[in-house]
Amino acid sequence: MARIIGTLSTSHIPAIGNAIAKGLQNEPYWKPFFDSWPPVREWLAREKPDVVVFFYNDHGLNFFLDKMPTFAVGACAEYVSEDEGWGIPTIPSVRGEPKLSWQIINGIVEDGFDPVMCQEMAVDHAITNPLLLMFPDAKWPVTIVPIAINSIQHPLPGPKRCFDLGRAVGKAIEAWPEDKKVLLIGSGGLSHQLDGSRAGFINKAFDTECLEAMVSGVEPLTKYSALDVVEKAGAQGVELMCWIAARAAMQGDVKELHRTYHIPISNTASAVQLLSHSRAAETAKAA
Amino acid sequence: MAREIEGTTIFEGGQAMKGYQLNKMCFSFNDPENRKAFLADQAAYMDKYKLTKEQRDALASGSVLKMIEAGGNAYYLAKLAGILGLGVQDIGAQQTGMTVEAFKQKLLDQARQ
Repeated sequence: MARIIGTLSTSHIPAIGNAIAKGLQNEPYWKPFFDSWPPVREWLAREKPDVVVFFYNDHGLNFFLDKMPTFAVGACAEYVSEDEGWGIPTIPSVRGEPKLSWQIINGIVEDGFDPVMCQEMAVDHAITNPLLLMFPDAKWPVTIVPIAINSIQHPLPGPKRCFDLGRAVGKAIEAWPEDKKVLLIGSGGLSHQLDGSRAGFINKAFDTECLEAMVSGVEPLTKYSALDVVEKAGAQGVELMCWIAARAAMQGDVKELHRTYHIPISNTASAVQLLSHSRAAETAKAA
Repeated sequence: MAREIEGTTIFEGGQAMKGYQLNKMCFSFNDPENRKAFLADQAAYMDKYKLTKEQRDALASGSVLKMIEAGGNAYYLAKLAGILGLGVQDIGAQQTGMTVEAFKQKLLDQARQ
């Protein structure tokens, strides 16, 4: 049976892609963020995930307002990184894991969700930056399944709905009969706002509350509405939903292995958090 | 009644309908050929996408707040900002009425909250 080995959550700020392309990792501005990655890469090299399931938000590359899905699941053999319009270098295409995609789609529909199902999907910096941070040589040793959560067009799905989505996805992954190790990614955040006269808004206290909840369990965050999250985390801080969904997919023992929180990168409070997951305790209880 | 959040426009149905043409034009900028065509003849490109007068005036003014008022969405407007060579700090400074230096300092100061 497939096993969820952990959740890696990370900011995906476009400027990260440009910093990588220009080799700025050791510049004083960038070092605090990039220094968080060597220990994460050591863990990846040791644990060797087979598949990475991304909870992410599309930034107007694959989806437009003509048809804007609340949730969309990729079921493609390959995902192409495309020009986003403002200069982030594209990356080599990534192989998909269609069998797991359909396992997830079947599972979450059974559990009351109505995802859009995609057999062609261009992926943007929300996928490409985390991949490059994990595997800087751009030789992907993993396949991926992208799950997009609408963060553009209100009404947005709120923390409770995204928590339930995460639960359903986790259940579907663990019911997948393949003997594969699955890593989850919550892509985005933390607090930031690009638009409006409140641009530049960052909320360290709320981010800290969320980072703590990622360790102990994100259920308490479900008391907030999507608009509460806009107010507390900023207009684009709603990417927090991706973190909530990823964490909610893990119901066994969770241990925090790494955390970096650094203000600012670009206009964003950046964060990287690695959580490992095992079902050992539950198995022991059952026996 | 819609909920008010200080300094923030919630991109709900009304805004999405109002800004549809402007955002559609910005979405087209994912294609480098379209970016070139826009730069070559902005008026003709805006005609092609049927921008409203308010949207054209907002673009002509260069004011991001006006573009948002005209229905522009941050994620799509970002592609326009890219064409115009504006970074997120430039845009942040403009919207908050600060210098870019002061805006960057504001970001740094929030690390010490």
